[in-house]
Amino acid sequence: MRVLLAVLLVGGLIIADLRLNRLESTRSLLDTAATPIHWMASLPSRLGEWGETNMHSRAHLLEENERLRRENLVLQGRSQQMSSLQADNTRLRALLNSTALLRDDVLVAELIGISPDPVRHQLVLNKGEQDGVFVGQPLIDADGLMGQVVEVSSGYSRALLITDATHSLPVQVNRNGVRAIAEGTGSLGTLEIRHVSATTDIREGDLLVTSGLGGRFPVGYPVAEVSLVERDPGQAFARVIARPSAALDRSRHVLLVFTSAPGQED
Amino acid sequence: MVDGTPHAYWVILATFLVAFVLALLPLPQWLLWARPEWVALTLVYWVIALPHRVGIMTALLLGVTLDILEGATLGQNALSLLVLAVLSLTLYQRLRVFSVLQQAGVVFVLVGINQLVCQWVQNLGGAGASSLMFLLPALSSALVWPVVMHTLRECRRHYRVS
Repeated sequence: MRVLLAVLLVGGLIIADLRLNRLESTRSLLDTAATPIHWMASLPSRLGEWGETNMHSRAHLLEENERLRRENLVLQGRSQQMSSLQADNTRLRALLNSTALLRDDVLVAELIGISPDPVRHQLVLNKGEQDGVFVGQPLIDADGLMGQVVEVSSGYSRALLITDATHSLPVQVNRNGVRAIAEGTGSLGTLEIRHVSATTDIREGDLLVTSGLGGRFPVGYPVAEVSLVERDPGQAFARVIARPSAALDRSRHVLLVFTSAPGQED
Repeated sequence: MVDGTPHAYWVILATFLVAFVLALLPLPQWLLWARPEWVALTLVYWVIALPHRVGIMTALLLGVTLDILEGATLGQNALSLLVLAVLSLTLYQRLRVFSVLQQAGVVFVLVGINQLVCQWVQNLGGAGASSLMFLLPALSSALVWPVVMHTLRECRRHYRVS
């Protein structure tokens, strides 16, 4: 009797979550309650990181400092041109009567957990509702787009990576602007570009960037590099595989992008 | 055993907390597929040891918590742990007289069933595994079972959980 009741209850839960999407608010509430466990699970790796940053020799630190100083100088030199280029860009866009590109604000978040299930590509981040994180917010690292936020609780959030089997996003080829959809495959190193007709101009080595068409991701972030194009005359579509630009399994610090409201985060 | 009773829930809860942390601990990519199902193992032990205390409702609560922690479909682990608890409840009298190795064999099958149910629900959500690698935890769980069993038994005897 109790078993039957329990099975019915669980069946109801599964249906409510999968088909009706009714449990969003309950879920984020429960997620907040579960944060101590996440915190405890992230302790060993944080201890390791603490040791790594605090137990260096003076010589090592000096050397690193010197290297960072040099790197900073180079980057600053590059960004000098950036402001004039940006002004140029804005002026040209005004001439073309298109809207000005907003500069995106970012928030640095730290990874505190990854999905224990290898099939689900999800990350747990240490920023939540308190920091202004919202569902659907894009996530990038130094090299490219990583994914988007799918669940927010008060101090933590959960992000879905672009390689998850349930994720797909609109992209375009940087070289010629051909639009396509990049789907996750469930393996960390590959994206599949679906429904590319055999005559489309897409080559190995092409950079795919976000097209901004879905209204979710901002335009122009690198997503992946095409690694394989197979044109089989017997098939209606070409088979195109791409490798994500972002270091999906290595980044420890990620950036949450605020696009629509630039004044929101300061 | 009267003064042992207040301890009971506390110790059981603590072991499950540890199991949750172990289930979430970040692992290197190549080890990820072989992570033992710590929560399932702990549940099986407590069902065998105290079937009148730990049963279906415990499995349900644990499963929902695990779903929340893993970000899985709500009810996925609840269903699989429920199946596990029901099977363990029907088997506990036999399991108690088994040797550790025989128990490990049964655990292999139980965790395998647990994984199959998980996979089934995951496929409903469109995120199933593409290979049979998802059955690997059955093997690793069977391998760590002797350690888990002895640790938990020491815990139970030391705190006189009943």
